[in-house]
Amino acid sequence: MPLDTSYTGQKFKLVGTRPLRPDGIDKVTGRAKYGADAFAPGQLVGRVLRSPHAHAKIKKIDTSKAEKLAGVKAVITSADLPDYTNGDRGMFDILENCMARDKVFYDGHAVAAVAAIDADTARKALKLIKVDYEILPHVTDVDEAIKPKAPILHDDIFTEGVEPKPKKPSNIAKRTEFGHGDVEQGFKEADIVIEKTFKTEQTHQGYIEPHACLANVGPDGQGEMWVTTQGHFVYRNQCAQLLGMDISKLRVTASEIGGGFGGKTHIWAEPLALALSRKANRPVKLVMSREEVFRASGPTSSTSIDVKIGARKDGTITAATATLRYASGPFYGMWAELGAMTSFACYDLKNVKSVGYEVLVNRPKVAAYRAPSAPMAAFAVESVIDEIAKKIGMDPVEFRIKNAAKEGTKSSYGPVYGPIGIGPTLEAAKNHPHMKAPLKKNQGRGMACGFWFNFGGQTCTSININPDGTAVVAVGTIDVGGSRASMSLMAAEELGIPYENVRCVVADTSSLGHNDMSDGSRVTFSSGMATVIAARNAIKVLCQRAAKMWDIPEDAVVWEDGCAKPAGANAGTFPPLTLKEIAAAAANTGGPIAGHNEFVADGAGVSFATHICDVEVDPETGATKILRYTVIQDAGKAIHPSYVEGQYQGGAAQGIGWALNEEYIYGKDGRLQNPGFLDYRIPVCSDLPFIDTVILEIPNPNHPYGVRGVGETSIVPPLAAIANAVSNAVGVRMTHIPMSPPRILKAIEGGPA
Amino acid sequence: MRYEAPVSVKEASALLAKERGASFVLAGGTDLLVRMKGGFIEPDLVVDIKRIKPMGEVKKSASGFEIGAAVPCCKLGENSALKKAWPGVVEAANLIGSKQVQGRCTIVGNLCNASPAADSVPALVAAGAKVVIQGPRKKRTIPVEQVPVAPGRTSLAKGEIITAIQLPKRNPRSADAYLRFIPRSEMDIAVVSAGINLTLDSKGVVTAARVSLGAVAPTVLLVDAAAKAIIGTKLDDKALADLAAACSAACRPIDDKRGTIEFRQKVAGVLARRAAKIAYQRAGGK
Repeated sequence: MPLDTSYTGQKFKLVGTRPLRPDGIDKVTGRAKYGADAFAPGQLVGRVLRSPHAHAKIKKIDTSKAEKLAGVKAVITSADLPDYTNGDRGMFDILENCMARDKVFYDGHAVAAVAAIDADTARKALKLIKVDYEILPHVTDVDEAIKPKAPILHDDIFTEGVEPKPKKPSNIAKRTEFGHGDVEQGFKEADIVIEKTFKTEQTHQGYIEPHACLANVGPDGQGEMWVTTQGHFVYRNQCAQLLGMDISKLRVTASEIGGGFGGKTHIWAEPLALALSRKANRPVKLVMSREEVFRASGPTSSTSIDVKIGARKDGTITAATATLRYASGPFYGMWAELGAMTSFACYDLKNVKSVGYEVLVNRPKVAAYRAPSAPMAAFAVESVIDEIAKKIGMDPVEFRIKNAAKEGTKSSYGPVYGPIGIGPTLEAAKNHPHMKAPLKKNQGRGMACGFWFNFGGQTCTSININPDGTAVVAVGTIDVGGSRASMSLMAAEELGIPYENVRCVVADTSSLGHNDMSDGSRVTFSSGMATVIAARNAIKVLCQRAAKMWDIPEDAVVWEDGCAKPAGANAGTFPPLTLKEIAAAAANTGGPIAGHNEFVADGAGVSFATHICDVEVDPETGATKILRYTVIQDAGKAIHPSYVEGQYQGGAAQGIGWALNEEYIYGKDGRLQNPGFLDYRIPVCSDLPFIDTVILEIPNPNHPYGVRGVGETSIVPPLAAIANAVSNAVGVRMTHIPMSPPRILKAIEGGPA
Repeated sequence: MRYEAPVSVKEASALLAKERGASFVLAGGTDLLVRMKGGFIEPDLVVDIKRIKPMGEVKKSASGFEIGAAVPCCKLGENSALKKAWPGVVEAANLIGSKQVQGRCTIVGNLCNASPAADSVPALVAAGAKVVIQGPRKKRTIPVEQVPVAPGRTSLAKGEIITAIQLPKRNPRSADAYLRFIPRSEMDIAVVSAGINLTLDSKGVVTAARVSLGAVAPTVLLVDAAAKAIIGTKLDDKALADLAAACSAACRPIDDKRGTIEFRQKVAGVLARRAAKIAYQRAGGK
């Protein structure tokens, strides 16, 4: 029988309440163990030598002096990481990113690593490694990289997705196209057409916890790793492959995570720690510094985007196109593709086309960052949407409502939508008091919409009923936003026991089947669904045991309010058996009681949000203050509303930083100028207003509780909403993110924005 | 690395004079320890001056205030007499870093770090502050602006330690103010900054003024032309415009990760104008 996961409109007792998270006290008291908090007897300190050049050939690496230094137990280069990737280009790129082979591709690219008895010795050893570089011309800007004379990063990359196949290698790794209809005809039907080009700079996820791990590989080839990650199963699989190990021989335990936002869905220094440990035959702890995190892990793409939209005077969009150039670092990615797919997803369009170009540059390998690629596309599209509404003389909310996608709309990226929330979030925005609040001089209001796909993926979950009637939920998805509380709520709801009687843990990779990462806003959706099904499977066992205890047929037992009850004609009359009573008798009725579920969680509901933002701009300095911010988003069903609100606020806060100040600044030498939190300016607490949230609940038909992912969509509208607000405040269209004070001041004074 | 914590200035000076390797003075440590942990410096000797008693004191006398080199900036904010006399200096000192940093950092450390963007330095320069320097053989006193000579470099000779900052006695109807521009609301480094110190006569006419700018040149600038633009005025619109223009003209900034040349030039004038208004009001001008 196929698994039925459809929404049933079940009435809840616990789901929707706000109990404290089980990891809360540990986190606020400092007891929680993060990536750098593990210790193993005899552990060594691992450190990485990184390239000071943006682009260079490695002619020779001499590690002999470092190896001779007292206290150094292992030195590795790419020679210690043979290629086990078997022609898999994606995995080879990961290998090459973790440790440069023939060439370094960016400032910060790893070239060697050491393991030593202490940090001082390791640091000295790095200084003793001599790397002979042949410096090559570099390119860091996305638009410069596609010019005919730009230095080519890889001479074996020819633009994919164009016919005929190009004969010359290119920094454009791939072209993708989405859309439907006839855009040329659509523009002909338009009364007004607006076309603009936008740029966004590269930003980092800015997680507070740097990448850190403790790797331990023994001479028998068995290994363990403690690591901060968003996906310990994926880290295990990839590390095992890169090191030529059997997956079963590497056990990975995930630490608490101090933020990831996509950046910890990719492996960075972990294979190096394992290789060092294997070579030294000692445990190796490797903690990246903040500078290393910035230079060599996880930024998002810098972009350059053209958007053209045509509309009739009545406010109907007749055609829309976007060309999106996304820098992916030195290796192929699908970042422009995601930008192209999401760009027009909020709207019901007859004629639409979006084209993405993956552009290779001498910057760190781009990683996922919360709804990767969507915020930049939304910035460009929602800016033009605002302009066109203004030109027509229509209210920007009304204009969007008129063109919003709805159930049955064929989306710009292909699929036909089921029940969705874009219309309702816009209606809620229209009616929100924020929209009517008065504004003063130098203040402006902006709003924008955003979309994210959401994801389901492979999931494996177990629930074990303990002898005292409590339950443990073992999940394989990392808790990045309070999911242990949500899982506990859902398990308690199904089992009919108090929230406090359920403990949810993130199990290690040897305890469960493969789980995909905590990405795509998938955890509450997929692990939640797996938890509900596993609980229902446990209930089946509980009912069987009750039947045995009563000596009645199994199908004569029902589960209600945490108790087995006899039901039906031949059930007899017995007082209900509680979960606790059944659990206590388990030893005599068949042994341990458990429920499992393993599946691919299909049917993640797409997610939409509308944000409203008020700003005040100092016209003499270009400084922007965010005065008020409101997030309206569809959650499907908020299992734990506090953590849903937390996701809404967190995405908005990151978007505010991105919109106003965060950016990677490269010098002419191709080196990153600001690899630290002093000059890479994420917002501090006093930069932000209290971010107001409105949770809409339009059930996802594919989830038993109606859940949609909520983690990512909240970062999609902010760049656009703030850009619209600033543009309204200063009277000039802002087209370059971040809107730092110098850029705003220049725009006010009539220079190019 | 050797760590020493002498109890007298002479002892401290002798330790520094004798050391052949890299030696550093430790007061709050908010710059030194960060640079050590980051591996940017590897000291052979660190001399902690916090056990030298006078270094931890703020003294008020007939000639003004003397602030010991080891006094943390938060203590300045807690000294009401100092705050009343030199509100600009105190507000500058209390902008450095975060609350936690202010509990450790010192204005002398800020000065000796020799960053052109140091927050307390433009305010001290505008105030006409002096530093007392103890060397291995002699003691000398020089104006604050003569301490930094280039980013990260000071005019101090080997073995010399700044023991205190002296702020002059206040004339009636005098006040100072300091403003900086940062893209965030706190915990940031000045992109450009301005300090103003002025004295009014009984009619509200500016009789004396000192104007300083930070982060617009290799060292903090004392801008005489800007002071001249407001002396003899009641800070009318023209005087303020002249002040701003003089400040913008005096800037010799660079384009860097924190801001552009044109932004710094423009905003230097804006901040000087705004700071002047605050100082004027504090001095009793209307």
